[in-house]
Amino acid sequence: MKSISRRKMQSYREFLYILPFIAMVAVFSYYPLYGWFYSFFDFRPPKALDLSSFVGLKWFVYLVNNPVRQKQVFQVLINTFAMSGLNILFSWLPMIFAVFLNEIKCMPFRKIVQTVTTIPNFISWVLVYSISYSLFCSTGMANTLLQQLGLVSAPVQFLQSASHIWIKMWAWGTWKNLGWAAIMYMAAISGIDEELNEAARVDGATRMQIIWHITIPSLLPTFFVLLMLSIANFLSNGMEQYYVFQNSFNKNTIQVLDLYVYNLAMGSGSYSVSTALSMLKSLISIALLCAANGLSKLVRGDSFI
Amino acid sequence: MSLLAKRKKRALGRNRSFSDRLISVLTYVLYALFALICIYPFYYIFINTISSNLLSKRGVILFWPREIHFQNYLDAIKINGLMDAAKVSVARTVIGTLLTVIFSAFLGFMFTRDTMWKRKFWYRFVMITMYFNAGVIPWYLTMRNLGLTNNFWGYVLPTMVAPFYIILMKTYVESTPKELQQAAEIDGAGTLRIFFRIILPIIKPILATIAIFTAVTQWNSFQDTLLLVTDNKLYTLQFTLYQYLNQASSLKSLVNATNSSAASVALAHAQTATSIRMTVTIIVVFPILTIYPIFQRFFVKGIMIGAVKG
Repeated sequence: MKSISRRKMQSYREFLYILPFIAMVAVFSYYPLYGWFYSFFDFRPPKALDLSSFVGLKWFVYLVNNPVRQKQVFQVLINTFAMSGLNILFSWLPMIFAVFLNEIKCMPFRKIVQTVTTIPNFISWVLVYSISYSLFCSTGMANTLLQQLGLVSAPVQFLQSASHIWIKMWAWGTWKNLGWAAIMYMAAISGIDEELNEAARVDGATRMQIIWHITIPSLLPTFFVLLMLSIANFLSNGMEQYYVFQNSFNKNTIQVLDLYVYNLAMGSGSYSVSTALSMLKSLISIALLCAANGLSKLVRGDSFI
Repeated sequence: MSLLAKRKKRALGRNRSFSDRLISVLTYVLYALFALICIYPFYYIFINTISSNLLSKRGVILFWPREIHFQNYLDAIKINGLMDAAKVSVARTVIGTLLTVIFSAFLGFMFTRDTMWKRKFWYRFVMITMYFNAGVIPWYLTMRNLGLTNNFWGYVLPTMVAPFYIILMKTYVESTPKELQQAAEIDGAGTLRIFFRIILPIIKPILATIAIFTAVTQWNSFQDTLLLVTDNKLYTLQFTLYQYLNQASSLKSLVNATNSSAASVALAHAQTATSIRMTVTIIVVFPILTIYPIFQRFFVKGIMIGAVKG
């Protein structure tokens, strides 16, 4: 009897140790959810929220009832879908990068490539923007080369033009992320049973055949999980990349949902509209996550959450 | 000679076929090219910062530095606010990393203790926060209510309990022999004692991994300054760099004015918008470029452990 109560005491005491951290999670992750209430009120900071300003679903309707705003929201959705769509469309790139890097037998070369290509992943988007500014501004390396080669007569405004902005954003994302994303696949490749490759080689398979029939099939489960994750994050592109690259010329085509939510609140002070939109986004994202997880259960018989 | 060996030899011979050789040359070329694309921008900016500022302003420094000088770096120190920003960045990186690592380790360990009251529930309570997000505005309002806007602790506290790192820790602690903890328990050691004396010393590799990840995240963090801070004493290097990118033209006058003997400064060394932008970029990127190759294996280990779980 005595030992049972002592064990109980210990289990409570252990809970007490983590209680401060549970409280922090509650404060920083759960408590902000109360802010969703603002989307049902006419909230104009710095005035405190008062109950008389309850407006019901006004802001949700407001998002779609005005043709101008409707067009804007539609454009933002198109941008979000385009950027996420491009990322999903090319999500096989890291896998192929890893597969062929693994074919390189010169170890020092492989090591250098791996180190160098993962570095961009660890610099911030501000730095990426600074780099792109240095390379592509009117006196940057790109314009100097183009002019020296006589391809253009006047500097090209790479950063200020709104054309191909989706592709450009995708390209910077890939530059930053490709090498790092490949590392996971490199690990998976090193886990492939060497005897399989050996057997295939003995049977006279060429390298391409080995890649096609052994390496890639064994990477597909990893690929599938990552694909499901990017589907779950379809609406969440993050705002940092687009925030630093945005300017008055490209704003229309660069504004993704996360950035739009920020610009609505901080730019035009529409706190309530912004909250309404981000709340919708969160709910749809959770639904997407559940759907992707369900799909994963169906296909692999295992969930990824 | 066995039949097998003969077949192997033949297979090897076939492996060196024309198409295979073409593929291997192509892969070398493509990887070298991509590696170059990844590293050249850093090199380009660096050679521009040490070349004559007149030449770099015209954009003619492409492959090697010309008229080398280091005046830009000496001048950068004098830029108003840059040293303060550097101090804030270093402080948040050091303090944030220390707190995150120790607390993630502790929580990761605690969530392996199946004696804890409602352990599974609390574990889920923490983990589920990875999958939802109240949004920018509710988060900002929360931080304002807590008095964490324009406050150094606003950089550090919100990220202190990091679910992903807790998973890494928990996975690692679970892979250590349970007998160690049991033996200590029989000897009468309490939970905290087990953590500090037994667990902490054996989880050093994963501590290093998480430390390095957190440090990079803290150093690179930009969005929290953008949202929470208006007091320029709390600006970080990232934020300062962003400001310079948007207002570099007014900046050069600022620096050149602080040089009292501005007239005597050779024109090739006088600061331009380009030179300041590039010099600050190199200063901000330098820690990452030096630390990353040294600690690469820790980064790789981190993503592996995460992959096993995830």
